[in-house]
Amino acid sequence: MSILDKHAILERNATLLLVGSLLVVSIGGIVEIAPLFYLENTIEKVEGVRPYSPLELAGRGIYVREGCYTCHSQMIRPFRDEVERYGHYSLAAESMYDHPFQWGSKRTGPDLARVGDRYSNEWHVQHLIEPRSVVPESVMPSYAFLKETPIEVKTISMHLSANRAVGVPYTDEMLENAVADMKAQADPNADTSGIEARYPKAKLGDFDGNPAKLTEMDALVAYLQMLGTLVDFSTYDDAAGYR
Amino acid sequence: MKYVTETIVLAVGAFIALLGAAFAQDRLFEAHMWVLFFVLLASTLFMIRRISFAPVIASRSSEHDDGYFDEVIRYGVIATVFWGVVGFLVGVVVAAQLAFPDLNIEPWLNFGRVRPLHTSAVIFAFCGNALIATSFYVVQRTSRARLFGGNLGWFVFWGYQLFIVMAATGYLLGITQGREYAEPEWYVDIWLTVVWVAYLIAFLGTILTRKEPHIYVANWFFLAFIVTVAMLHIVNNLAVPVSFLGVKSYSAFSGVQDALTQWWYGHNAVGFFLTAGFLGMMYYFVPKQVNRPVYSYRLSIIHFWALIFMYIWAGPHHLHYTALPDWAQTLGMVFSIMLWMPSWGGMINGLMTLQGAWDKIRTDPIVRMMVMAIAFYGMATFEGPMMSIKSVNSLSHYTDWTIGHVHSGALGWNGLITFGAVYFLVPKLWNRERLYSIRMVNWHFWLATLGIVIYAAVMWVAGIQQGLMWREYDEQGFLVYSFAETIAAMFPYYVLRAVGGGLFLLGALIMAYNVTMTILGYQRDEAPIPGATPALQPAE
Repeated sequence: MSILDKHAILERNATLLLVGSLLVVSIGGIVEIAPLFYLENTIEKVEGVRPYSPLELAGRGIYVREGCYTCHSQMIRPFRDEVERYGHYSLAAESMYDHPFQWGSKRTGPDLARVGDRYSNEWHVQHLIEPRSVVPESVMPSYAFLKETPIEVKTISMHLSANRAVGVPYTDEMLENAVADMKAQADPNADTSGIEARYPKAKLGDFDGNPAKLTEMDALVAYLQMLGTLVDFSTYDDAAGYR
Repeated sequence: MKYVTETIVLAVGAFIALLGAAFAQDRLFEAHMWVLFFVLLASTLFMIRRISFAPVIASRSSEHDDGYFDEVIRYGVIATVFWGVVGFLVGVVVAAQLAFPDLNIEPWLNFGRVRPLHTSAVIFAFCGNALIATSFYVVQRTSRARLFGGNLGWFVFWGYQLFIVMAATGYLLGITQGREYAEPEWYVDIWLTVVWVAYLIAFLGTILTRKEPHIYVANWFFLAFIVTVAMLHIVNNLAVPVSFLGVKSYSAFSGVQDALTQWWYGHNAVGFFLTAGFLGMMYYFVPKQVNRPVYSYRLSIIHFWALIFMYIWAGPHHLHYTALPDWAQTLGMVFSIMLWMPSWGGMINGLMTLQGAWDKIRTDPIVRMMVMAIAFYGMATFEGPMMSIKSVNSLSHYTDWTIGHVHSGALGWNGLITFGAVYFLVPKLWNRERLYSIRMVNWHFWLATLGIVIYAAVMWVAGIQQGLMWREYDEQGFLVYSFAETIAAMFPYYVLRAVGGGLFLLGALIMAYNVTMTILGYQRDEAPIPGATPALQPAE
């Protein structure tokens, strides 16, 4: 028991106890988290994942603001039932531009990692306004106010540059055109060649059923409709991506 | 001149908040700065009324500088009871919202905004205040020294309350980082960091000025809790704000790295906030209440170091079968299972402290409460490692089983041990002979225990059923249930869960009444608990 007797040294020296505790609690995090930043196979090499378009980013902001993650996951696990229910299991690459990640921890409602293209825009709007009118069993709250709330457009380039500061590869061109791209994505009459070049596969057109007004509903539905649609899984090699 | 500096600082703060509201980049920041302005304005007005221009020396003599600094602890105990009732009430509301979705009131009282309010109110407001108050009480007694830093204790207390108010109002306004248990945005995080550093200085300073040669075991746990929470909080909240006059920030990390950083934080919020800190509480109040020494000194050394070392590794078990690399998941699972041992080391040390005084479980409802808390700690720390096994987790993850697990820990362990500590502290802090009513403690004990048992049992059934329904196949190989059908199946469980939570809330309300009456100096005229004073036996 000699080593336990030596413990008396720590019990008499608060500074040593403090430093010792801090050292002991640092180890686990360093060993587990640090390698994720430099091991090259942490994130699979896949085609198609791109930064969010300005409207999608604003929609994602609403998703975060409303705490959707408290009931919806965005992480499909590699099980038969999940893959059949939701689609291909989620790849790390698909959330590589997510600041913060929104994988979630609870499924009071279904997983949303691949909800994009599953339902029409009209369905989403109706579902967000009155969930039980389309899914009678639903316990989701109503989000009718989104359709009445105009989205803040003028600050969007600041959001893009904040994302660039944390590593999302937004180009100068994307930053310069942020406001225009945000408006054009939800405007059925706009010239969309620029946004299509900058953000391939972006969903275009009016989302909330009211082309005259750019609302938070437009942004949220634009975000939901692109979730999980960027990677073309017909060309993805599962074995090569295994870590 | 008392309170002059404090008043000026508050007034300047209120003015800065007003400037923040005027030049805000977005509507939410403007609204939040108005909230801050009115809070600080009210505090300023309150302080102006208390300013005294009497000479400092005269006012100091009225305080007992040589004695313990207990006034801040009295405030802390009241805040603990108050935030506890608020947190449990909001919990019952969100539970009811899941059963009856029409109870959602958009936008401010939708589930997605109220649930973080519930979790933060219970973890940070209720448990946080309990930890600050009890650690200040324990460190002074076991060091035989006055709390270090004079009014620093007041800064910690009021600064922490301001953090709670800003976090809570922010959630309802829609200001959140979207990280579980770390929802407050960057400016509230910075404020909490300042308060937390002050807390560390006050606590560590008291230990450094101690008149006892040894640092008591409870203080090891409190110290590890304070310093680790500081580390977790700072790293997990690294973010780049969009504007210094706006609410929104973007996390420094993304995707996989962000997920593991968050759950490294999230799991150790449980490990250090809700476990290490509360073990510190256990190591002081249980021996005190039962009047017995801690069972094993060696066990406390071993399980302290093992616990703080292993807890940090367990985070990845929140990310089983996700896009997190397999090696990290496996490592997290292995350490989670090993963690069972140091956890039970604490349980054994707490329970065995009753050796020679087991009869007190029958005669003292406060001891009964503490013992039940340790029992729930043992159960939750067995269930946790079990759920971290990947094959179990494949069923339990994303279901209400997890919710049941955290509540048997939070209500059973954190709740009951805090109630025990509050019942111990109130008569001592206010110099009362005893509590207003011991029998009400007994009622509280049974209501709380029944509430937790209903809650946990219902969530086991709900979670396992939900998990099994999601993966149920028929003979032809089709999924049997749509997702909507699995939601409908949850209804009776969600109602019963709200009932369990309601019982727990009722118990807390009884405690609030009992504590209030004790503070006011009343004693309920009641028959003593049978067996409390052993009846004399005739000689044979």
